[in-house]
Amino acid sequence: MSAQGIGEPVRRKEDFRFLTGQGTYTDDMNRPGQLYAYILRSPHAHAELNGIDISKAQAGPGVEAIFSGKDMEADGVGGLPCGWLIHSKDGSPMNEPPHPPLAVGRVRHVGDSVAVIIAATREQAKDAAELIKVDYKELPAVVAVEDATKAGKPQLFDAAPNNLCYDWHLGDKAATEAAFAKAHHVTKIDLVNNRLVPNAMEPRSAIGEYDRATGLHTLYTTSQNPHVIRLLMGAFVLHLPEHKLRVVAPDVGGGFGSKIFHYAEEAIVTWAAAKIQKPVKWTSDRSEAFITDAHGRDHVTHAELAMDKDGKFLGLHVQTLANMGAYLSTFSSCVPTYLYATLLAGTYTTPAIYAEVKAIFTNTVPVDAYRGAGRPEATYVVERIVETAAREMGIDPAELRRRNFVPRDAYPYQTPVALQYDSGDYFETLDMALKASDYLGFPGRRDEAAKRGKIRGIGMATYIEACGIAPSAVVGSLGARAALYETAQVRVHPTGSVSVFTGSHQHGQGHETTFAQIVADKLGLTVDQVDIVHGDTDKIPFGLGTYGSRSLAVGGSALVMSLDKVIAKGKKIAAHLLEASEADIEFKDGKYTVAGTDKAKTFGEIAMTAYVPHNYPIEELEPGLDETSFYDPKNFTFPSGCHIAEVEIDPETGVVKLVNFTAADDFGRIVNPMIVEGQVHGGLAQGIGQALHEGCIYDRESGQLLTGSYMDYDMPRADDLPNFQVATNVTLCTHNPLGVKGCGEAGAIGAPAAVMNAITHALGIKDLLMPATPQRVWQAINPMRQAAE
Amino acid sequence: MTSPVSMTVNGKAVTATVEPRTLLVQYLREHLGLTGTHVGCDTSQCGACVVHLDGKSIKSCTILAVQAAGGTVTTIEGLAKGSELHPMQAAFREHHGLQCGFCTPGMVMSAVDLAQRKSDLSEHEVREWLEGNICRCTGYHNIVKAIQAGAAAMGSAKA
Repeated sequence: MSAQGIGEPVRRKEDFRFLTGQGTYTDDMNRPGQLYAYILRSPHAHAELNGIDISKAQAGPGVEAIFSGKDMEADGVGGLPCGWLIHSKDGSPMNEPPHPPLAVGRVRHVGDSVAVIIAATREQAKDAAELIKVDYKELPAVVAVEDATKAGKPQLFDAAPNNLCYDWHLGDKAATEAAFAKAHHVTKIDLVNNRLVPNAMEPRSAIGEYDRATGLHTLYTTSQNPHVIRLLMGAFVLHLPEHKLRVVAPDVGGGFGSKIFHYAEEAIVTWAAAKIQKPVKWTSDRSEAFITDAHGRDHVTHAELAMDKDGKFLGLHVQTLANMGAYLSTFSSCVPTYLYATLLAGTYTTPAIYAEVKAIFTNTVPVDAYRGAGRPEATYVVERIVETAAREMGIDPAELRRRNFVPRDAYPYQTPVALQYDSGDYFETLDMALKASDYLGFPGRRDEAAKRGKIRGIGMATYIEACGIAPSAVVGSLGARAALYETAQVRVHPTGSVSVFTGSHQHGQGHETTFAQIVADKLGLTVDQVDIVHGDTDKIPFGLGTYGSRSLAVGGSALVMSLDKVIAKGKKIAAHLLEASEADIEFKDGKYTVAGTDKAKTFGEIAMTAYVPHNYPIEELEPGLDETSFYDPKNFTFPSGCHIAEVEIDPETGVVKLVNFTAADDFGRIVNPMIVEGQVHGGLAQGIGQALHEGCIYDRESGQLLTGSYMDYDMPRADDLPNFQVATNVTLCTHNPLGVKGCGEAGAIGAPAAVMNAITHALGIKDLLMPATPQRVWQAINPMRQAAE
Repeated sequence: MTSPVSMTVNGKAVTATVEPRTLLVQYLREHLGLTGTHVGCDTSQCGACVVHLDGKSIKSCTILAVQAAGGTVTTIEGLAKGSELHPMQAAFREHHGLQCGFCTPGMVMSAVDLAQRKSDLSEHEVREWLEGNICRCTGYHNIVKAIQAGAAAMGSAKA
């Protein structure tokens, strides 16, 4: 292993450009002759769109063109597609209403796009938008899933009665009913998983460009997966062949899932640029992001857990209403199904599980994957009900978990909800977290806090994730409309430096460093000799992108495959040069040697020979050292862990102070511990944010978004969070070449349940809605005063 | 209606002809091409646009370019000496105080202002100071460490 190889906390290669203002984010780019697009959006949650009068606006200064949905429709532009087909219990396919990039006939949420104004400057486009008259006929709106399914409520689509997208289930109903019939105790809980706004700090942006000479369309966009955008937009929306469509995702300022999806604006600028034959740039402002970026979570759940007299779990029954918003975003349909219900076994051996999920359309921004995507929702259900069960049964929460953990010798472990866990050790991560958080010392700290008039609580959550999505055949059988391979091309240059072209995309994760470490480790190079190229469909063979903590597990595995091919080909060249048998050639620390001799060639010499050979086995071997691999995962990976939160509540104000947060996680092999810790910290902040700060709120009558800016939507600030204690336990993934599991989402998955378990523990109550704001906590402490007021 | 607005940016005298409504951040990004200063919100909360005006950190989205006329502005592009990072930049790299890099320029410029006031900073002082800078990637843990280290390095460089 080199000093910059796997396992080393190598400082990041990408940092210099970001620290010196040299990053190139989409809005930093400008194309020659570029115009600016502004999108006129619906101020209503639900309205008939009876007419758009653009006559005054068209005459505005600098205005080049104004288009509406009808113009796109006339050009045959298709709707934004959904990538995963879910079938209901009765076998019928989900309702998939059309989602035109610019609305036609009706608007269905505040922020729905109505027209695009293209002008010489952003300000001129914005000014002109104010001159457009839209004839809306307002309709009643519905925003909450509990309301939307009731009779007589507003209907979003004629083809989706009762606003139902699908009514799906997973698991064994009869076995679960039988388990409940013999239960000693049943714990029941009603939970809301609050709607969140992902809020990557870089607002979305897109530039469309068309080259008349070549017929090439180019889209620069804030995406986590440019090839997915090319595929979806090219094949389904604009009907452009892929050799005439290039999608570039340059530096991207955070994603957290929200930049996976194919958004209307990408299609609008690409289409409009060709229409007017000039580059068109659109950049969201933050207010616009709140009403157009896909939101996350938004589940309402009833769950019941059946136990025997010792607290052994017998069965789990979960019923969830999932809010889809007004349209189906790209991966929305799989989030509350295959990324949610499949995780309901958690870390436990619950033998019978039955989950029912209804997905509901409402007059809100579409909901899709947000950091964790289904797994935080599943963990919240499992860990809140397990904690509640422990309290009801009078068993220590850690002990109840231990009694039900998947045993160490049970792997591979088949759950009753479709997944097969390959490895893990939940006992060890639990013990690590208990020790690091001084769990046993809690009573002393509680008593000390009580003397100061404060109320302390401690809560834990274990979690399991299914990451590294996923075996293509498996997800295909479950309704995914695309396979989920990843590619890596390793191009060794003649002097021995390396360019890697990866289908993974980094938008904060540090792949330019970690992927380079893998190359350095395998080939005996320094990370400076390796460049990681990503984010451009013209450079990368193919790729499905970065989400679901898949980059290292899937993209990294493809990289290892290509590196192995490079090393193997190098052996053939070395055998020729060293006049030895290929079987006798060894490769280590950047050198090919003949076993048992001092005869050696460096990797650089082999690379040079591969490209400019004078002495080469040309009859048997092609020149060149450039290898490409497609890796299809054999299984999901299963990171797991235990998070413990300790809170101190001021009963006078209801303010919850998070005084300690401990995370013990198992991510498999760790390539760069510094980066892994950073990923955990960030995930924790978002998970804690969900529990204590963040909540997306719509007015239940008007459908107006009430939390539409950073003045209303409480993003966690530095002084809201503690330092985190993080530790890792390593059990290797058994089915990928690096033994890695993925670490990007863990913090957001475990933290909400841990924090809420701590708060409910402190207050001695069963549940409290997230976010646990001072107002809610105060009301929980003072129910009489609340009733009186 | 446009008019010329002049100021000193990163040590150079600059002039650009802008509308009266042009914000300083637009002046920097769109007229001077200094795209290191970012725009992350429209309500003056996120701090991605923090620059120094006459030595103090300000949010460049919350001031008109004309208000900065005649002033001295330092942006993230003006901090490093060639390829040598400023101690605060170096501390962010060493302590992994950045991930996607979008909030980073504002964080660093804000941190430099804090460190110019005090070099021995407690965790609490740093967290309080960062009230006006939002990061979505790091959970602030490593940013806080980086700022403490960067401030100490700036302090010893001065001493």
